Amino acid sequence: MLHPDDVGPTPWAPLRPLPGHVSRGRLERVLRRGEFAVTAEINPPDSADPDEIEQRVKPFEGWVDAINATDGSGAHCHMSSVAVSALLIRLGYSPVTQISCRDHNRIAIQGNVLGAAALGVANILCLTGDGVQAGDHPEAKPVFDLDSIALLETIRVMRDERRFLSGRKITAPPQVFVGAAENPFAPPYAFRPIRLGKKIAAGAQFIQTQYCYDLPMMARFMARVCDLGLHERCFILAGCGPLASAKAAKWIRANVPGVHIPDTVITRLEGAKDQRAEGKRICVEIIQQLRQMPGIAGVHLMAYKQEESIAEIVHQSGVLAGRTPWRRDLVATTHTVETQGAA
Amino acid sequence: MRAEDAFPVRGVARPALPRRSLRLWSVRHARGLAAFYRGFERGLRAAAPLLRRIGYARLERPVAGVERVVKQALFDCRMCGQCVLSATGLSCPMNCPKGLRNGPCGGVRDNGTCEVHPQMPCVWVKAFEGAERMGAVARLGEAQAPIDHRKTGRSSWLQAAQADAAP
Repeated sequence: MLHPDDVGPTPWAPLRPLPGHVSRGRLERVLRRGEFAVTAEINPPDSADPDEIEQRVKPFEGWVDAINATDGSGAHCHMSSVAVSALLIRLGYSPVTQISCRDHNRIAIQGNVLGAAALGVANILCLTGDGVQAGDHPEAKPVFDLDSIALLETIRVMRDERRFLSGRKITAPPQVFVGAAENPFAPPYAFRPIRLGKKIAAGAQFIQTQYCYDLPMMARFMARVCDLGLHERCFILAGCGPLASAKAAKWIRANVPGVHIPDTVITRLEGAKDQRAEGKRICVEIIQQLRQMPGIAGVHLMAYKQEESIAEIVHQSGVLAGRTPWRRDLVATTHTVETQGAA
Repeated sequence: MRAEDAFPVRGVARPALPRRSLRLWSVRHARGLAAFYRGFERGLRAAAPLLRRIGYARLERPVAGVERVVKQALFDCRMCGQCVLSATGLSCPMNCPKGLRNGPCGGVRDNGTCEVHPQMPCVWVKAFEGAERMGAVARLGEAQAPIDHRKTGRSSWLQAAQADAAP
């Protein structure tokens, strides 16, 4: 059953405003209620067909609280994140619209933020973005007019101070829950908590981290984060995902900058009869241990080309603890409407 | 699934960037250079009345010219016109392929090199080392505003002198 706060007149309508909340989406409510949140990510299609979006997110329905729409991930061309988010909202899902600084300057980005919010986007993730050299258009001009921290600050100012960076007034500000990424597993390690603090000061309310395969390293990072009290000022969602095989893991480690996979994980995959199943088991175990780690408010699942395994992983990890995130067959019942009316 | 399908293939091989450029020497000597600059800045401020009499507009070209030569040699300076070297361990953030002025991106490799140019040490890994030498790690936490592109090519030294002159 859905929580009464998470039910609107229609699945795609903004929820009624709640005190202490900046957005009218479900993700912020789940996190502020103290529930362990689960988010996942889809890679937008290389297509102009909206049905492809529906096909891609179907496996997530009822298992995740929000779905990230990536913005030209890996510097490759795909359908735009704002368009994907609008299509997801039409279907009733809660998207996290990713905005990267690589392709737009501050004029275009602020326009996109207003447009996304007008289309119903309640969550925005601010990213610097991969370099153009990583993608299929290495000859493109890298913009990087803002960086992720300046982008966070920009959206916070637009929302809370109702103005553009230039100072010009905004009549209806974007009601968005703002997030950022962090990678605890890349050098300079001592800089990472400082940078997280900068992001929070700039306006980050939730954080989604890079893939976590090294729990001791994550624990060290989180210990520092908790020492600084940063976990009380934002919700930290740890990134997780199943590895398809030892070969895939080695390839990712060698070729995807920022992803750190320890040898123990690779050895364990190599020793398994069914490496794919072992990869999922490792992922489930990591999620369960993250659930116990102080300061972790949820997990962010990235199962590229293994989207169908998300339900199984979330179910086996047990982190939803009997809760069911939004599903299109879960509609407002007499009970929820009455509770909502009484509240 | 083939492993190669899991993620897009990162860029093709690129010519190696020099690992031993003078800017790495500058970071290694960040403490001494920073002390020298503090003295230099005091001098600039002391000279502010004289500079004002000559006229900042008249001084802009020659001073920016000297600044470009000196800072290009020492830091691979790009003359962004809003120098933040003293807050970044004397590692110029404009050398980051993404021009990041607020800290490292998430793509830094395990060995501390850049995700875009695997041969180049990450400017923010170097910035942290430099800041430790200068005893200025706290300054890394300062938020840097986005670049004002109108200032590109202008002298940061003259701005430092003027900043103090203006009440």
